[in-house]
Amino acid sequence: MKELSLNILDVTKNSVTAGADKIEITLRTAADGWLTFTLRDNGCGMSEEVQKRVTDPFYTTRTTRKVGMGLPLLKMAAEQTGGELRIDSSTEKGKSGTLLTATFDTGSIDFMPIGDIVSTVCILISGSPEVRFVFLDETEKGSVSLDTDELKAVLGEDISLAEPEIVAWMEGYLREQYAERDTE
Amino acid sequence: MKSLAELAAIKERMQKNVVIREGEARTRVVVGMATCGIAAGARPVLAAFVNGVANADLNDKIMITQTGCIGICQYEPVVEVYEDGKEKVTYVKLDAAKAAEIVEKHLKGGNVVAEYTIGAYKKD
Repeated sequence: MKELSLNILDVTKNSVTAGADKIEITLRTAADGWLTFTLRDNGCGMSEEVQKRVTDPFYTTRTTRKVGMGLPLLKMAAEQTGGELRIDSSTEKGKSGTLLTATFDTGSIDFMPIGDIVSTVCILISGSPEVRFVFLDETEKGSVSLDTDELKAVLGEDISLAEPEIVAWMEGYLREQYAERDTE
Repeated sequence: MKSLAELAAIKERMQKNVVIREGEARTRVVVGMATCGIAAGARPVLAAFVNGVANADLNDKIMITQTGCIGICQYEPVVEVYEDGKEKVTYVKLDAAKAAEIVEKHLKGGNVVAEYTIGAYKKD
């Protein structure tokens, strides 16, 4: 992967596969240059046994082939900057879910650029329009956010968030927020 | 500035089209978005399809969806086009420019871009 936002796109799809109906994606960059990416979902969770094995590339739940590179690649991206990947997950009925936390030193020479996070968010939403996505990107300069519940409140039941016209609007909405934040 | 009010206006315009659309099957464009696809560049391809369809005003006729690993990772980014009453078309090794061309020639014009299909690659 050439961009962190591509890793984020990839691992967030795991939350969708886990049956989550609410997925929170948060990026926080602190004053000291450390970036924390958290992914929280209310999907089915992973047993302790599975949690131990998910960062092993030769473990996968997929059926088309025998390797799964999503989490191993994210772990590598974090660790090569001196950061880490933590996984907390529960399969307990009623409270199941997974919290991924990955930390990155953005000042490290091995830090992969975040890249086009707007495209990642739009593609995730349009790929699973029934899921509630809550996105937040915070830096010292300000924050960019999107909650699909607010969009659904406007659109109602008839119009899906997967409609190309709506996706194009979301993309513009987020890009404007970034432009405003980053010029101030 | 984009606002939720603007989104409401888009909704109203689209609702009128929903009525027209009923009974007509939309063409489905399916983009492979597993790790293999993403690493090979599927995200800009998908974005190009979405923007191309939105800009060409094909919203009523085309539906864009995502899928996992199709099983031919060496050909990613892979996109399948399902048109009512026609054979499935599989495009391989796409990029954003090729995707824009497919929107123009195939989705809009109705002509399959043969040189980007899996059949053209397998002959090489």
